[in-house]
Amino acid sequence: MAKLKGTGISSVNYPTGMNLGGDPTQALIHMTTTGTFVISLASCDLGQGLKTVLAQIGAETLGVPFENVLIDTGDTDTGPHCMGTFASRTTHRAGNAIIMAAQEARKTMLEIAADELEARPEDMETDGQGFVRVKGSPDRKIHLVNLALAGHFKYGKTVAGRGIFFKPNLGIDPETGKMDPDSTEAHACVMAEVEVDTETGEVKVLKLQSVYEIGRQVNPKLVEGQIKGGSVMGLGHALYESTEPYYPSPEHRPGGFFEYILPLAPDVPEMEIRVLEYPSADGPYGVKGFGEMTANAPIPAIVNAINNALGTEISTHPVTPEIVLQALDAKQSKS
Amino acid sequence: MASKIVTFTLNGRETEVMVKPLTTLAKALREKLGFTATKCGCYEGNCGSCTVIVNGEPVLSCILPVEEVEGQNVLTLEGITPAEGLHPLQQAFHENFAIQCGFCSPGMLMVSKALLDKNPHPTQAEVAEAISGNLCRCTGYDPIIAAVLQVAAGSNGNQGGSHE
Ligand code: FES
Ligand code: FES
Repeated sequence: MAKLKGTGISSVNYPTGMNLGGDPTQALIHMTTTGTFVISLASCDLGQGLKTVLAQIGAETLGVPFENVLIDTGDTDTGPHCMGTFASRTTHRAGNAIIMAAQEARKTMLEIAADELEARPEDMETDGQGFVRVKGSPDRKIHLVNLALAGHFKYGKTVAGRGIFFKPNLGIDPETGKMDPDSTEAHACVMAEVEVDTETGEVKVLKLQSVYEIGRQVNPKLVEGQIKGGSVMGLGHALYESTEPYYPSPEHRPGGFFEYILPLAPDVPEMEIRVLEYPSADGPYGVKGFGEMTANAPIPAIVNAINNALGTEISTHPVTPEIVLQALDAKQSKS
Repeated sequence: MASKIVTFTLNGRETEVMVKPLTTLAKALREKLGFTATKCGCYEGNCGSCTVIVNGEPVLSCILPVEEVEGQNVLTLEGITPAEGLHPLQQAFHENFAIQCGFCSPGMLMVSKALLDKNPHPTQAEVAEAISGNLCRCTGYDPIIAAVLQVAAGSNGNQGGSHE
């Protein structure tokens, strides 16, 4: 009986979104009298930071400070349409819709500024600090609040924009079966180091080293948060979590957190994370979706590391102590 | 069964609440007293999100009958949150991205506070152990541990808005 160490690797190619009936997500933008740009969405922030990254994307396209953007989301009765926050699709889909809507709103914003500054709309630029100004003469500028007031009360103009992401459903080629089910794809490689106790069957993950290729990062700290959280969730899927009972009848199905075992703080391995940025062709500012894959990529790496440690051929998960001990027995009876 | 009045100190104030027997502290706090910072993830004593501090010890308020805190000292997240700004632990959670969906955060903050009050300079393993009764689905725990260690390194972890 011993504690055996092993190393395993996984590599993952992960799609962004899907292609069911266009996979649409809409965004509506309007500017309030105080110069705030409200972006209405039905896409949902689950804690991953969606509101932050979408406000960043909106601010970038509009050319206004991040603080001037307000994301109004979460009500599917009143909001525009979103297919949903899943399939790593929302930053990509809603981001594209926001860019489209922001371009339209920006156009009207620059027209009002041009009227106020007695210049041509094509000579207008934003400074990203809350002003619209005349190119080449930075002193001829107007603040967003004054611009909003002028639009509402002097010109009777609505600064607003409509955007949609839509991926046409091209169907399946009957000859070849070829189809285009997703948008851009992200990639990952994870290396896991584990220690397996051959007496108890328990597995400890010592280290997870991850490399993610996810296109352009909108917010690196939030990216790191997704990868760390996903790594530990993946560890849970690899070793503990299952909605199926460990024994073959439904009454033993987990009824709560007493039976559905999640990883806890002491289970957290050493984590090393690298991010590569190869901008995508179709994502907003080169984004790729990657949230979901962070919980998947660690699983095969951990299972492979266990097999490497034991010389076994486990191909299911979670790799519970029973599975480890059964695999060791099978290996012994073979030899 | 007849309702009864339970009296205890809540965040430094004498508090009375009229409850049916076996009402949990979590229910009394949230539904009777309007102290909704305390969150309930499971109502069965296994996720830690409902943790409050009773006489310096972290306890699960979802399985504690409120009669049990008669005459005791109860501290909730409202009690450590200053009128202006944030408690050092809240600040550190914010800075370390230790909050994603936020559902575990009230419980995580209260166990961390109880830890630092007793052990102002814990090791990483001691922090992990202290929060090991609290589930977090989002962050992978690592940022939470980092936040607690940051407070331990920068202060005694027992300042700002505490009412004990
Ligand atoms: S709600 Fe109390 S432990 Fe889960
Ligand atoms: S932040 Fe979501 S459960 Fe901890």
